[in-house]
Amino acid sequence: MSTRTTTSAAELRAIADVVDKFNIPSVKVTGGQRIDMLGVKKEDLPAVWADLNAAGLVSGAAYAKGLRTVKTCVGSDWCRFGTQDSTGLGIKLERLLWGSWTPAKVKLGVSGCPRNCAEATCKDVGVVCVDSGYEIHFAGAAGLEVRKTDLLGNVRTEGEAIAVIAAIVQLYREQGRYLERIWKWAKRIGNDTVREQCLEDRDRRQALYERFLYSQQFAQTDPWAERVAGKDAHEFAPLADLTTARQEALV
Amino acid sequence: MTVTLAATWIDIGPLDAIPRNGARVLKTAMECVAVFRTASDEVYGLRDQCPHKQGPLSQGIVHGHFVTCPLHSWVFDLRTGAVEGPDEGSTPAYPVRVEQGRILLDIAALAGPASA
Repeated sequence: MSTRTTTSAAELRAIADVVDKFNIPSVKVTGGQRIDMLGVKKEDLPAVWADLNAAGLVSGAAYAKGLRTVKTCVGSDWCRFGTQDSTGLGIKLERLLWGSWTPAKVKLGVSGCPRNCAEATCKDVGVVCVDSGYEIHFAGAAGLEVRKTDLLGNVRTEGEAIAVIAAIVQLYREQGRYLERIWKWAKRIGNDTVREQCLEDRDRRQALYERFLYSQQFAQTDPWAERVAGKDAHEFAPLADLTTARQEALV
Repeated sequence: MTVTLAATWIDIGPLDAIPRNGARVLKTAMECVAVFRTASDEVYGLRDQCPHKQGPLSQGIVHGHFVTCPLHSWVFDLRTGAVEGPDEGSTPAYPVRVEQGRILLDIAALAGPASA
């Protein structure tokens, strides 16, 4: 669900229907708060994507060198400690960033307070909401390497947080090497450079943000919907099926 | 007594049904065969299964006359099915040729010993 972090009864019913219809053997909740449907037969995939798309769902980019997920906590709507609408910001960030290609995967988290239920401080970019606004953290990791994020700085408004994060992703796209995660890129060029260009220098930040927005016009296409419409159909069907012919020959 | 079947070439589809540097699967009652087309339009057939962890070679990346398994990057010579070093092993290669834009496979080879 590449542009979602919340769901609904209707969507869950649609997912359950697809699982039943295609006998999908395994369904699990992922660490990035998405729903995995595992073990779909390759030839069934276009029909699975068609049914999910018809229910308004978009498959995520689980293997992409691009935006993966934006993990969130419930935030100020439902938590007594929440200081800002972390879920809402997470959805906005995901809608902005989905479909973008990056040198390596990019995972985000938005926590509604410093208790940090969304574990934002081990993500490539993390936001920790506070009473005065938004702390923007970056260069974390929790994989082969485990690394706490560094604080980039604080901003007052949600709009500024979004612009700074898009600027970080854009600068990373322009400078990062293939397979170089954000923390490795930041280590190479220096946190101060990232802070100066993405937070402090308003003109530079705005230029990066605008370049990101421009590029997204061409990047935000749903690859699964394209395949439902027939693209790369040869990928999902055998060249020929001799199963019947062989049986006859053996008789 | 050894039974040797005469070559029996059957038409399994047009060459242009396979993208260059790509592959398609041929389903048979015995196993699936990955049919590859190289950049220079040579066609090869390998059992669609890596001997390491059963990766589908038909979904690998084709480069020159080699394919790299999508699971753990074992590299196979499309001409022989042999694995390139430092890994060791092989997957059966089946006789395939192209005639007038059609791909022909020797079905007798499929009926032979499983580990050709």
